[in-house]
Amino acid sequence: MPQYRRIAVSTNGDVSVVSFNDKKILDEASIQELGAELFGIVEQQQSKSVLLNFANVEFLSSAALGKLITLDRKVKASQGRLKMCNIRPEIFEVFQITKLNKVFDIRKDEAEAIKAFS
Amino acid sequence: MTHSSSDRPVESGSGSWKKQLDLPSERGASRLIMDELLDRLGEHGWPTSDIFSIHLAVEEAIVNAIVHGNKLAAAKKVRVECYVSPTIARIEITDEGEGFDPAQVPDCTQEDRLDVPSGRGVMLIHNFMTRVEYNAKGNRVLMEKTRGG
Repeated sequence: MPQYRRIAVSTNGDVSVVSFNDKKILDEASIQELGAELFGIVEQQQSKSVLLNFANVEFLSSAALGKLITLDRKVKASQGRLKMCNIRPEIFEVFQITKLNKVFDIRKDEAEAIKAFS
Repeated sequence: MTHSSSDRPVESGSGSWKKQLDLPSERGASRLIMDELLDRLGEHGWPTSDIFSIHLAVEEAIVNAIVHGNKLAAAKKVRVECYVSPTIARIEITDEGEGFDPAQVPDCTQEDRLDVPSGRGVMLIHNFMTRVEYNAKGNRVLMEKTRGG
């Protein structure tokens, strides 16, 4: 298993469940590292189903949104599926304003998201 | 990373807080002002959702000033002027770049731009703050948040 600094990855059936180690995702260097770790899940582990659990995340900047968009592209390019869950209201508002809630498959919690993969 | 000698913290002593700081044009420099700004908003009783809004808008504006305005030039500074009272938060950010026309920033919510990874900062600033004004040159942005607004 790869070593991660920005995320923690577990499995739930066939789904790679990603949680975030940082409460605030805004520092440029951290976001670059986060992006590389997220992309590695798709490119190296060849995981087809990825769930991002934002339960620990209190803040993210538009630079972090960029990494999520690129991850979504990579997952779709590999015929995989990406879902997100446990997004707090303030961050969900960011997704709504930018209409990324139309791009991303956002679920209430992990249980609902896992169910939606099956 | 060092502060400019023109840093000028000012305590108004009348239930509000002011501070002016020159940031270096380095990635991550926003942290030199952000923690104190967020602490002061909390001390002035601002609700969590408003603090989130101000945090996001100021972070995006400072990154824009450093990266797009000053283009990370070591000789250039980003001036941040903050005013916080229990009802109003006003932050003015000035870079030493050529300026830009915010009206020319493409709409990131257009269908054909939804999956473009960048270009959302200006829209987020406008949505999360009560009032946003740019100077004619486009190198200074004034952002104001009314409590609960």
